[in-house]
Amino acid sequence: MNMATLREGISYQGVLLAAFSMLTAASLVFGNAVTASASSAAEENDLKLSLTQVLPAGFSDNDLLKDVVVIKDDKLGDVEVHRAAKNGVVKGATFETASSGYAGPIKILVGISSDGVVQGVRVLKHAETPGLGDKIEEAKTSWIHSFEGKALTNTRWLVKKDGGDFDQFAGATITPRAVVKAVKEALEFHQAHHDAIYSK
Amino acid sequence: MKTNDIIRNGMWDQNVVFAQILGMCPTMALTSSATNGLGMGLATTAVLLVSNMAVSSVRKVVTEQVRIPVFIIIIAAIVTLVDMSLNAWMHDLHKVLGLYIPLIVANCAILGRAEAFACKNTVVDSGIDGLFMGLGFTCALTSIGIVREIIGSGTLFSQASLLLGPHFAFLETRVIPNYGGTLMMILPPGGFLTLGLLLAVRKRIEMRRKVHGAVTANAQPSHCGA
Repeated sequence: MNMATLREGISYQGVLLAAFSMLTAASLVFGNAVTASASSAAEENDLKLSLTQVLPAGFSDNDLLKDVVVIKDDKLGDVEVHRAAKNGVVKGATFETASSGYAGPIKILVGISSDGVVQGVRVLKHAETPGLGDKIEEAKTSWIHSFEGKALTNTRWLVKKDGGDFDQFAGATITPRAVVKAVKEALEFHQAHHDAIYSK
Repeated sequence: MKTNDIIRNGMWDQNVVFAQILGMCPTMALTSSATNGLGMGLATTAVLLVSNMAVSSVRKVVTEQVRIPVFIIIIAAIVTLVDMSLNAWMHDLHKVLGLYIPLIVANCAILGRAEAFACKNTVVDSGIDGLFMGLGFTCALTSIGIVREIIGSGTLFSQASLLLGPHFAFLETRVIPNYGGTLMMILPPGGFLTLGLLLAVRKRIEMRRKVHGAVTANAQPSHCGA
């Protein structure tokens, strides 16, 4: 059988496809092995950076990434709480929570001190309208700082339009409403599980 | 094929966006700012360059019947490798572009170049074609981004230092001070409007050239199978 007829045969095509699949799979395995440590380090660094952003400078001296308690909640599910401690005393907690915005879930990270006061909030991930809803990002406006110092008792947890204490944006009410709700739920969670977070 | 022609095709005569009207998904989604357009363009250029050379180097082995799946696996693997290395070594850039990198696989401009050029030309020519098709794409995306960003938010190259490093922070300018922005230009309709506008400008330039008798043959690419 000469080369030309062999090339037309189904077995040549099959072997060719298989060979290319294996070759590319091997290159991906190789690529993954080479980049795995660098990318996990980068992601860990990301988390660490955002964890410290929601707490004031000098608030804690422990490794937030290591001091984790997982708490079950009826509303929020399993929450990974990173505890912030100074000189061995747990002073606060940071954790992720989410609520649904205008376009899908808005993931936020909240830092709360043990007396139930919000220390900081950052939006981790959202798909809100660029130019309207994305004002919740710290890079765009300082709105997200309006939560700092607020607690369940001293604040009406609604946007101004609904009779609360938080500004909405022109043209976007649903987004800030969702963030306010998420932070409030985080505070309620913190209150409900206070013993579980601080006892250990 | 002469190198000059290849370059000319990529940058102007067969420009991916303005002549072939390919790759519309990234063109619309990622041109809300000049920096985003530039970043996506450069990532696509890297993929085009490598994929064109890879396809060209296996062109004698691959038969006509299975060429499409083979090209697609090659392109998908390259895009995944680019994605992984960006995430590992240029993490800040990956945070900006990460969502869109996997979409490069679906950019038909890349398969289009494999089909129209790389599968019947030498590795070197294919590399040059990939590079300049990619740069043409980058220029197109950046120019759409410039128009949309100026009208849409009144800035130019905002967050450029995130993409190119702190040395390029001087690029970030506020063109119109105290400007509230025009939301429509940031949203998808702005992309279509700007593309239409720039297509019209290109058409006008082409018509001028025709009048002056300097027209070049703008042959449509024929495909491997055809």
